Amino acid sequence: MNVFIRLGETTLAMLQKLGRSHLFLLHVLSGVPGILLRPRLLSAQVFSLGVLSILIIAVSGLFVGMVLGLQGFNVLSDFGAEESLGVMVAASLVRELGPVVTALLFAGRAGSALTAEIGLMKATEQLSGMEMMAVDPIKRIVTPRFLGGLIAMPLLAALFSMVGVMGGFFVGVGLLGVDDGAFWTAMHTHIDFWDDIINGVIKSLVFGVVVTWIAVFEGYDALPTSEGVGRATTRSVVFSAFAVLGCDFVLTALMFGDA
Amino acid sequence: MVTASDNALFGAAQDIPAGASLAYNRVPSGWTAPNDSPAPGNSDEVLVAVRNLSFARGERHIFDGIDMDIRRGKITAIMGPSGTGKTTLLRLIGGQLRPTAGSVAVDGQVVHTLRLGELYELRKRMGMLFQSGALLTDIDVFENVAFPLREHTRLPESMIRTLVLMKLQAVGLRGASRLMPSELSGGMARRVALARAIALDPMMIMYDEPFTGQDPISMGVLVQLIRQLNDALGLTSIVVSHDVHETAAIADYIYLVSAGRVVGQGTPAELADSDSAWVRQFMQGLPDGPVAFHYPAADYAQDLLKAR
Ligand SMILES: Nc1ncnc2c1ncn2[C@@H]1O[C@H](COP(=O)(O)OP(=O)(O)OP(=O)(O)O)[C@@H](O)[C@H]1O
Ligand SMILES: [Mg+2]
Repeated sequence: MNVFIRLGETTLAMLQKLGRSHLFLLHVLSGVPGILLRPRLLSAQVFSLGVLSILIIAVSGLFVGMVLGLQGFNVLSDFGAEESLGVMVAASLVRELGPVVTALLFAGRAGSALTAEIGLMKATEQLSGMEMMAVDPIKRIVTPRFLGGLIAMPLLAALFSMVGVMGGFFVGVGLLGVDDGAFWTAMHTHIDFWDDIINGVIKSLVFGVVVTWIAVFEGYDALPTSEGVGRATTRSVVFSAFAVLGCDFVLTALMFGDA
Repeated sequence: MVTASDNALFGAAQDIPAGASLAYNRVPSGWTAPNDSPAPGNSDEVLVAVRNLSFARGERHIFDGIDMDIRRGKITAIMGPSGTGKTTLLRLIGGQLRPTAGSVAVDGQVVHTLRLGELYELRKRMGMLFQSGALLTDIDVFENVAFPLREHTRLPESMIRTLVLMKLQAVGLRGASRLMPSELSGGMARRVALARAIALDPMMIMYDEPFTGQDPISMGVLVQLIRQLNDALGLTSIVVSHDVHETAAIADYIYLVSAGRVVGQGTPAELADSDSAWVRQFMQGLPDGPVAFHYPAADYAQDLLKAR
């Protein structure tokens, strides 16, 4: 019997949290016009979420691209199709790995920091203090961070894919001797702007919304203690990872399912 | 249900009928305290009217129908043992918490019935000094004090600078304007928070434990400052404190709160002469008396024996 009570309570708590998170998102979005009038608040966030993530994204992109080059070459050369290496590397990056790995790294690097920052501001009464100064903390603190994450994510994903292609090129052409011209020509002819690039951008926009939303909500909803903030940070990264992978499956099925 | 009339210390409060709290919930804004309000004097003098206020956190009743009048231009102190809900009361006045029954009206507006926009307009006229200071940790002292000015006004930078330096000078920390909050001591942080609270020249300030963590010198300065701000700027001040002597020295009127009730009120002189056992215990800091030092608990000896 107790098990059922506990199950019911947990389910109710989860549904309540889901409801809160949606109301929270509406509140965050209601602050967008105000923030667009104060671009400095936004650019500061694009800097701390985006620019400061460049290094980890670029280095990871380089290695992922190099691995793709190696693995792709091994498989493709069995069929004598080494010239397609460029397409393979670019398509995997632009369609999948770019948006997905960037989102996962972003959740670990920037999302966790967002959750901890907002959670600590709550724990130290900074948000409360702002309310008493008649400043809406959601609009003033959360909205610029949310928009910053939204802007940073597609740019970081693009950077990841670009550096990844360079890595693939370096391994495939530089080390394994694939033909330079063939590598680029095949990529040019087979990568479609709408089908591949735009779909990839849409994915990373969706991931940007999901990861940043989870991060700011977990911070805002955290118990205002050190332990509460610690737990919220963990939850933020774990939920973000699940959400990104789940959304990726759905989006991929919608975008590439019938091709 | 406990009504205000149960409170024997509350002379005229008996005029408020039981269940009045429900009626107060629905009064339109623009409502002012009725003339038979507990405190003597004209209702126009009352800036904050607390009527039959009850508040509970879960099962725990923190307030059980309290009534208070905070009068304009005066320093009103709210004193009571730790954990009685003094901070909670300030949050109810500021509209951060909703009463379970009863109401708080500030300048004629019933706080919990206001829409968010109206509430924010009202809060611009209230300053609050948090117990922890609540400074923004990512910007320096100067920017912290400038924060409300930048958010709510379009003053030119030179004007903001002048105003901020004036406020910091008042709390004696002009020299610390470029320090980060993490580089301040607890007492300094609270003084910066005070400078920030007066940045917008509010009509009232709520001080939550302004004296804790102050050395004797800054304590003296702070006491003076609260008095001067109150008199020179015509503010209304609410001071929450445990420090009986400092508070008695500046307060015009004192409410003593314990276990969810107002257990004593009056001018410092009246309270000093009070023959209520409770008031005497608190004002003189005696360990024995009607107030228990301990949070409610099982029998001590039993508890210790259980451990075996
Ligand atoms: N967020 C909360 N959740 C549950 N209970 C709370 C919460 N905040 C405060 N309380 C309870 O409410 C009571 C009143 O708290 P409050 O902070 O108002 O006390 P206080 O009078 O300001 O005490 P102090 O003088 O120590 O600052 C406390 O007993 C506390 O247990
Ligand atoms: Mg307190």
